[in-house]
Amino acid sequence: MADKMELRDVEVWDGNMAASQAMRQVQIDVVAAYPITPSTPIVENYGNYLANGYVDGEFVMVESEHAAMSGCIGASAAGGRVATATSSQGFALMVETLYQASGMRLPIVLNVVNRALAAPLNVNGDHSDMYLGRDSGWIQLDAYNPQQAYDLNFIAFRVAEDHEVRLPCMVHQDGFLTSHTAQGVKTLDDDTAYNFVGEFKPMNDMLDLDHPVTHGVQTEEDWHFEHKARQHNDLMTKVFPKIEAAFDAFEKLTGRRYNIVETYNTEGADAVVVCMGTSVETAIEVAKELRADGKKVGVIGIRVIRPWPHAQIAEALKGIKAIGALDRSSPNGTFGMLYNELAGTVVNSGESKVLTNYVYGLGGRDLTKVHLREIYAELLANAEAGKPTTPLQQLIGVRGPKISFH
Amino acid sequence: MLEIRWHSRAGQGAVTGAKGLADVVSTTGKHVQAFAFYGSAKRGAAMTAYNRVDDHEILNHEKYMNPDFVFVIDPALVYTTDVTINDKPETVYIITTHMSTDELVASQPKLNGKKVYTVDCIKIAQETIGRAIPNTPMLGAFMKISGMYDIEFFKESMKRILAKLPPKIVDANMDAIQRAYDEVK
Repeated sequence: MADKMELRDVEVWDGNMAASQAMRQVQIDVVAAYPITPSTPIVENYGNYLANGYVDGEFVMVESEHAAMSGCIGASAAGGRVATATSSQGFALMVETLYQASGMRLPIVLNVVNRALAAPLNVNGDHSDMYLGRDSGWIQLDAYNPQQAYDLNFIAFRVAEDHEVRLPCMVHQDGFLTSHTAQGVKTLDDDTAYNFVGEFKPMNDMLDLDHPVTHGVQTEEDWHFEHKARQHNDLMTKVFPKIEAAFDAFEKLTGRRYNIVETYNTEGADAVVVCMGTSVETAIEVAKELRADGKKVGVIGIRVIRPWPHAQIAEALKGIKAIGALDRSSPNGTFGMLYNELAGTVVNSGESKVLTNYVYGLGGRDLTKVHLREIYAELLANAEAGKPTTPLQQLIGVRGPKISFH
Repeated sequence: MLEIRWHSRAGQGAVTGAKGLADVVSTTGKHVQAFAFYGSAKRGAAMTAYNRVDDHEILNHEKYMNPDFVFVIDPALVYTTDVTINDKPETVYIITTHMSTDELVASQPKLNGKKVYTVDCIKIAQETIGRAIPNTPMLGAFMKISGMYDIEFFKESMKRILAKLPPKIVDANMDAIQRAYDEVK
């Protein structure tokens, strides 16, 4: 039996510590991992807990991230609670196996500490790896600070392992800005945390020898589409109710409220920015200051990236005249992902809105409050004019001549 | 909002110092943030670490800061980096040096007219802890200059944070904190 750890009500933890403590508290059966900056401390801390008797499960050291996720897939198919962590190049190397995990309906939890993708090599935070995973069939939750990195892990296990869902789930946090930033984290005691997620209940597990099953089969044109359609259908229809229920239960337990789409001051706002990660909080701070000056601005934070919360975002954007989509990943030849997704969401809203795109913060470049004030000024001008007053896509915070398109 | 910027070399304990300070402050009910710029810094490379303290939840995640306090825990960084960048008229400097405050300011004109305090954290660390780890003494000096907490409360809190270290090292750190508290000018 694993030892319990005494935690203070508020611990000063960085995002990595917060995620690793949540992983310890849910008592994972198998973690197969290959550490990579900036998620290394998650794996390191977890190994430490295990070596010191705080975890009963197995830790499998592997030779690559591809092997790490492969090990997770094997263990999950065998019938255990499984999780791991990665970033950036490691995530990229995992991509092939990510699709295996979701296609085989294995409820693995993956902590992704977001980091830029090379080249040029860069260890700092942007959302390139998070964006890379968006078609992989995983649920994707996004934390904006260490507290949320802790809390969303419990949500992830509870939703992913639900027998009506059985889909893997990523919990994202910003590299360094969250993963290495220590802040106060309100903790749950070990029993309360474990009980929120509950005992792992296997389904179609390979170690249930009385009921043999096959995992990882080949299906050609006869059945492939039906499998993918079922998976897509479950993502589109079954996940949100389960996330809502988990958020409700979590609020009841802790008083902390999470929403599929987080809104700040969007009621009666003329202009909003839509963003993810730590930028949401910095934008809220700026929006608060601008509101005090009488400017009608708000913030929308995407909490659940996949499945894409089309209806919830459409609702949040009702009456808003100008939207700035802030993408922290190089779109490499098109608009940013958020711009494109938001365009798809608002185009049939029946309201006329001005949508513009800002690409920012690549490779850890700072998003300052000054940047956000400039963005809000442009968005308010768009709202006033009822049409774009700037190019549709602008790169902000980059040195050299101004870069913009369309 | 109280904001602090640390100038250090990777390996001198600025991150541990910043996190330790955040931990102590957090126990008094305030909200805290402690972070650092890493890059792929190797031991000995110049780096910066940061603290934010506020009565309210801290939402600002920008790295940009106009610090209220600047801690310099390696003596040479006063000359090789700009420790005054983005400061404001009321910014207070606590700088590790073997020189007097007047000698230091004379040797680095950028510090002219600024609120500068000095203490030899390197020497204190060497004589107490036995290694040039100047982070805890800097916090002792900060307690004196800021008057943030009673020094006995601060030392008791740091004892808890350092509890994983051997008792001898913990005691040496307490001596280092007290000496810097007494010696900062």
